[in-house]
Amino acid sequence: MELNGAQIVVQSLIDEGVEYIFGYPGGAVLHLYDAIFQQEELKHILVRHEQGATHAADGYARATGKPGVVLVTSGPGATNAITGIATAYLDSIPLVVISGQVSLPVIGSDAFQEVDMVGITRPCVKHNFLVKDVTKLAETIKKAFYVATTGRPGPVVIDIPKDITAPNIKVPYSYPDSVSIRSYNPVVTGHKGQIKKAVDLLLSAKRPIIYSGGGVVLGEASEQLIEFTRALGYPITNTLMGLGSYPATDNQYVGMLGMHGTYEANMAMHESDVIIAIGARFDDRVTGKLDLFCPHAKIIHIDIDPASISKTVRVAIPIVGDVKPVLEQMLELIKVSSIKIDANALADWWKQISEWQSINCLEFDRSSPLIKPQYVIEQLHEVTKGDAYVTSDVGQHQMWAAQYYKFNKPRRWINSGGLGTMGFGLPSAIGVKLAFPEADVACVTGEASIQMCIQELSTALQYKTPIKILNLNNRYMGMVRQWQEFSYESRYSHSYMDTIPEFVKLAEAYGHVGLRIDKPEEVRPTLEAAFAMKDRTVFIDIMTDRTENVYPMIEAGKGHHDMKLRVAIGTSTDRELA
Amino acid sequence: MRHIISILMENESGALSRVAGLFSARGYNIESLTVAPTEDPSLSRMTLVTRGNDDIIEQITKQLNKLIDVVKLIDLADSFHIERELLMVKVKTSPEMRDEIRSMADIFRGKIIDVTPTTYIIEMTGPSEKLDAFIAAIDPESIIEAVRSGPTGISRGELGLHL
Repeated sequence: MELNGAQIVVQSLIDEGVEYIFGYPGGAVLHLYDAIFQQEELKHILVRHEQGATHAADGYARATGKPGVVLVTSGPGATNAITGIATAYLDSIPLVVISGQVSLPVIGSDAFQEVDMVGITRPCVKHNFLVKDVTKLAETIKKAFYVATTGRPGPVVIDIPKDITAPNIKVPYSYPDSVSIRSYNPVVTGHKGQIKKAVDLLLSAKRPIIYSGGGVVLGEASEQLIEFTRALGYPITNTLMGLGSYPATDNQYVGMLGMHGTYEANMAMHESDVIIAIGARFDDRVTGKLDLFCPHAKIIHIDIDPASISKTVRVAIPIVGDVKPVLEQMLELIKVSSIKIDANALADWWKQISEWQSINCLEFDRSSPLIKPQYVIEQLHEVTKGDAYVTSDVGQHQMWAAQYYKFNKPRRWINSGGLGTMGFGLPSAIGVKLAFPEADVACVTGEASIQMCIQELSTALQYKTPIKILNLNNRYMGMVRQWQEFSYESRYSHSYMDTIPEFVKLAEAYGHVGLRIDKPEEVRPTLEAAFAMKDRTVFIDIMTDRTENVYPMIEAGKGHHDMKLRVAIGTSTDRELA
Repeated sequence: MRHIISILMENESGALSRVAGLFSARGYNIESLTVAPTEDPSLSRMTLVTRGNDDIIEQITKQLNKLIDVVKLIDLADSFHIERELLMVKVKTSPEMRDEIRSMADIFRGKIIDVTPTTYIIEMTGPSEKLDAFIAAIDPESIIEAVRSGPTGISRGELGLHL
C-alpha cells in the first residue's frame, strides 16, 4: 500500500488503536487535517485552545490507561501545548503529541509560525522526534507510542515538517507490530535478592507503614496492592497521585499524607520504623523538610525509574521494577516466610494510630449558615455513590476533593499533582467523558482555575460530553489567599478578582445549564438535579465560605509531626477578610 | 570529587543538547565535554568531566541513562583508566627566549608544530595536570592563546564501553 505522509500519520494512529485525537488545525498541519477529513475511523476532537487539547488527551489517558493523542500546528499551536505536555510529564502520563513544523528547507530561517519544538519541549518530554524522512514516519510513530507507554510513562512529541506530509509524495506503508530501541530497555522485574531482603525487613517491623503513589495506578497494580496490604495488616497511606489505588473507605487506610494529608497518616510516617514506598517518589509536598523526614524509619522503595530512587531520600532497600510483578513476588514470599509478624507490636501500633485518628482532623463546621466546601465534596461523594470520575483544577478545591471524596477505585481521581496546572479540570473532564460516556464525570474547580480553560465549554457542547462542573466560588484564589493569611500577615496581594463573570449566564451562553447556590441546604438537591440531567453539561456556581482554609497543613520547612490543625472548629467564618 | 563520565550515545542531531540540557536543567556542573563519532558511525562517544558528591554523581549517571539516546555509560573514576587531554598553545618568542621555550617543550614532551619569526605553536598531550604544569612553567606574558580539548579517557584492561 502506497500512502502519502499525511495518510501515513492517520493510518498509523488507526493501526495503533487510537480512538480519539485532540487537536486544532493550522497551516503546518493542513495536509494532516485533509487526511483526517477523508476517513471516519479516527475521531478528531476540535478544542478551543491547544492547552485544552493536551489536558483532554491527558484526562483520557489517566482514566483509561491508554495513551492520549494530540495534534497541533507549528509555532503558537505548539507553544500553547507546552503547559499540557509538562503537566503530563510531571505526572508520568503517556501522551503522543504530534506537532506540525515548517517545511524542512526553511527550518531555522525564522519562518512564519516556526519554533524549535524539539528544543522547547526537550526538558518536559520523555523523548521527542523530528521526522526528516517520510519513509521513517510510521516507524517513528510506533517508537513514540512504545516510549510513551513503557517503563515510566510520559509524553513524547513528534515534530513533523509540512513537506513530510505532502499529498503528492507517496511511499510504501506498513505499520510495524513492534519496535525495539537498543538504548531503551526499561527494567520490569525486580531483583530477587532485594525483594527477599525487603520482605524480611517488612515482616520484622514494629511500626510499619505502606506509602503508595501514582505508580500503582500507572502500573495497574491496585489489586496486588490491596492483597499485599491485607496480607500484612499494616496501615497504608496514599499520595495525592495514588488516591483510589487503595480503597479509601477500608479500615487499614489512614488517608492521604503530605502537606494536606491527615494527622494520622503524617504522624504514622513520622513515628514508623519501616516504610515501604510503592510507586511514589518522595515529592517535596509529601516529605516536608527532608532533614525531619521519617527520622526512625528504614525505607524500602519500589519504583520503575532508577532515578527516582535515592533522589531526595536515601533508602535502605531499593527495588527497581514494575510495581505489579514486584508486589506479586513479595506476596509469594510473605506467604511462605518463616518470619512471623509481631502481633503485639502491631496491635500497639494500631492503638497509637487510632489515638491520632480520634482527633478527627478533617472535621469542619457543619452548623455554618454558609456553604462549606468540604460539605460540597462529601455530598458529591454521596450523590455519585463514590463512583464518579472526579477531575480537578489546582488549589484549595483540589485538596478538598482529595480529602473528602473517598476514592475506592484507581483512575477515578484525575488531577495535576506534579505541575499543579490551573485550567486542567474542564478539558480533562471532557477527555474522561469521551472515554466513559455512561459514567458520572465531575469537575471540581474554583472561580479562578475554571477561567484558565473556560473556552472548552464550547468543546463540551460540540461533542456532547455532559459533565458536571462544581465551581467552589469563594471569590479568592483560595490557596494563595491561605498562604498569604499564614505567611504574609493576611496581605491578600492580587489573590482576588474585582470582577468575576456571572457563571450561570456564561454557562448558558455556551449552551449549557447554569445553576447558582449559596445555602447549605441547596447543595444536595442541586447536585441530585444536576446529575439527573444525563445529557446536559451543568455548571453549578457554588458560593462557599470565603474564609475557609485547607487543614491539616504542614507549612514550609516543617516536618510531618508539626502540623497546623484547624484551631477551633466553628470560628473560621467570624474572621474579617480584606 | 572529580568524575569522568564516558557516554556511548546515538549519533543523532539533538543528542548533545539533551545531555547539555540535562546538566543545566538539574543544576549539575560540566567542567569539560568532548564529543566525536566512534568507529561505528551510528554512535558518538562523549567524555564529560563533572564534580559532585556521591549522591550527585549517582543522580547524574541515572539521569543520563534515562535519556533515550544514551546507549551506555561508565564512570571512569570507578576503575583504573587512562586519561589524556590535548593542548595547543601559541607563544610569543623573542629571539633570546626561543631556545628556552623549545627546551621547556622538550622537557614536557611537547612538539612545536608551527613556527613563525615571532611565535611557536606547541602541541602537547597528557593528563590535565601535566598541561596545567606546563602552562604554569612558561611566562604567562608570552602566551597569545591556549586551546585545550578537555580530557578524554579509556578504561584499562579488557573491560570497555562498547555494544
